Amino acid sequence: MAEVLVYVDHVDGAVRKPTLELLTLARRLGEPVAVALGNGAADTAATLAEHGAVKVLTHDASEYAEYLVVPKVDALQAAYEALSPAAVLVPSSAEGKEIAARLALRIGSGIITDAVDLEAGDEGPVATQSVFAASFTTKSRVIKGTPVITVKPNSAAVEAAPAAGAVEALSVTFSDKATGTKVTGRTPRESTGRPELTEAAIVVSGGRGVNGAENFSIIEALADQLGAAVGASRAAVDAGWYPHTNQVGQTGKSVSPQLYIANGISGAIQHRAGMQTSKTIVAVNKDAEAPIFELVDFGVVGDLFDVVPQLTEEIKTRKG
Amino acid sequence: MSLRIVVTVKYVPDATGDRHFADDLTVDRDDVDGLLSELDEYAVEQALQIAENADDAEVTVLTVGPEDAKDALRKALSMGADKAIHVEDDDLHGTDAIGTSLVLAKAVEKAGYDLVISGMASTDGTMGVVPALVAERLGVPQVTLLSEVSVEDGTVKGRRDGDAASEQLEAQLPAVVSVTDQSGEARYPSFKGIMAAKKKPVQSWDLSDLDIDAEEVGLDGAFTKVEAATERPARTAGTIVKDEGEGGKQLAEFLASQKFI
Repeated sequence: MAEVLVYVDHVDGAVRKPTLELLTLARRLGEPVAVALGNGAADTAATLAEHGAVKVLTHDASEYAEYLVVPKVDALQAAYEALSPAAVLVPSSAEGKEIAARLALRIGSGIITDAVDLEAGDEGPVATQSVFAASFTTKSRVIKGTPVITVKPNSAAVEAAPAAGAVEALSVTFSDKATGTKVTGRTPRESTGRPELTEAAIVVSGGRGVNGAENFSIIEALADQLGAAVGASRAAVDAGWYPHTNQVGQTGKSVSPQLYIANGISGAIQHRAGMQTSKTIVAVNKDAEAPIFELVDFGVVGDLFDVVPQLTEEIKTRKG
Repeated sequence: MSLRIVVTVKYVPDATGDRHFADDLTVDRDDVDGLLSELDEYAVEQALQIAENADDAEVTVLTVGPEDAKDALRKALSMGADKAIHVEDDDLHGTDAIGTSLVLAKAVEKAGYDLVISGMASTDGTMGVVPALVAERLGVPQVTLLSEVSVEDGTVKGRRDGDAASEQLEAQLPAVVSVTDQSGEARYPSFKGIMAAKKKPVQSWDLSDLDIDAEEVGLDGAFTKVEAATERPARTAGTIVKDEGEGGKQLAEFLASQKFI
């Protein structure tokens, strides 16, 4: 059976959820072989094996942390050359897309980014994408070389599928371009204790209507009752009320949770682009004419300062 | 010596328009007004700021696209760029990201450069991979997705805000940079700038000027193929209630009915 290379996104050995989703998709195409790089690479093996990796290729070197992107491209290329896989799958993070693109160019392949689904086809994997602010769905294929495809978080279920997960050391020789861009400092993002925005099952977002950084505590309180991630519209981020890392929309994160709750967000195209594929959408907005109401399964026309705290209280009561 | 900055920009269909696909499944450019991709305005802005802080610098704005793409160049020139290059060729229709990076890399090399600056992604394709591809082709450092950027003594420095961490990056010129929408608001063209732009030089190159074969680009040269595009069905109309004191409870009832609580 053909092997499918899966690039592992992990933090010091803790595998991030989108990689496990990739293993689910990879198993539709062949036998997943994972590539884990950097500090803690070998620690990923047990989790990857539980989710279907037949092999885990690992390599650690200080270059992965000290230089941007290119060392990882060199390593993924080494894995590609060692395996001749049927496809290469990479999580659709900003870095993942850059790694995948450079690999594709090097190996003479096409690249598809931001797939939301993958199926095996007669002529290779068929990728589903959501385009034009999610107003269209496309089906695409790579028609030259080995398909290199990046997949967005929440595109597949995480499934247990125990496999051997044999750890093998990957042999990597860094190219002379690997050290071109030096990482001279790194400030880890402070953990909020909430789920990752792109990975969360529920996202609670605030927009212009929240009207001030201090009022975001209302949004956070609702999010915490639901175990949700917190998002913000561009208007709220540009006003400095909430960090850019939480921005949902065309220039921020694109999310596809089970439930999206938009509070004080009008629903401009730039925001819709980032949340339109959510399964269930609800909104609270003062303006009955706000375009967000065109998307909702349930909407409340009202003041979020009344509605949201009442909702939070009611959830608390119902949970007992 | 003068610092040569090349800004790559894209002419895109207006994101607020009714964007759709043409019969050959390329982006339909006829029925929706086009404009300079909003995310490229940030690249033009940072290029102008870097040029203003340099002793001697020249900002060239480069686009690959149909005749109308000149509008995007004109906008960048009116913001303050010095000159423009328009790569236009009928054989470019349907070019994908891999092909676009080839054309941009060849054009940048022909123009001569110390620094290439791009936006974080286009507002139509939204892949965000072209700067990395151009860097790979040129064999120069990739310093991408910067929210802050500066150039001094032949070194480019910047801040890249990633999911897990914020990183400080540094590379020697020549290099390829991309900037995010957090890098600083783009200036509006002044009346004077708009008038001056009319006199600024716009050079036109075709594929033969860049020694690129037609088979390497366009739909025929593409590495990927869109096989189907379907409009997402409109979401079925939901229930909308007016808050008369019980809005939060009604919302909770809905969430409970959907098993979210």
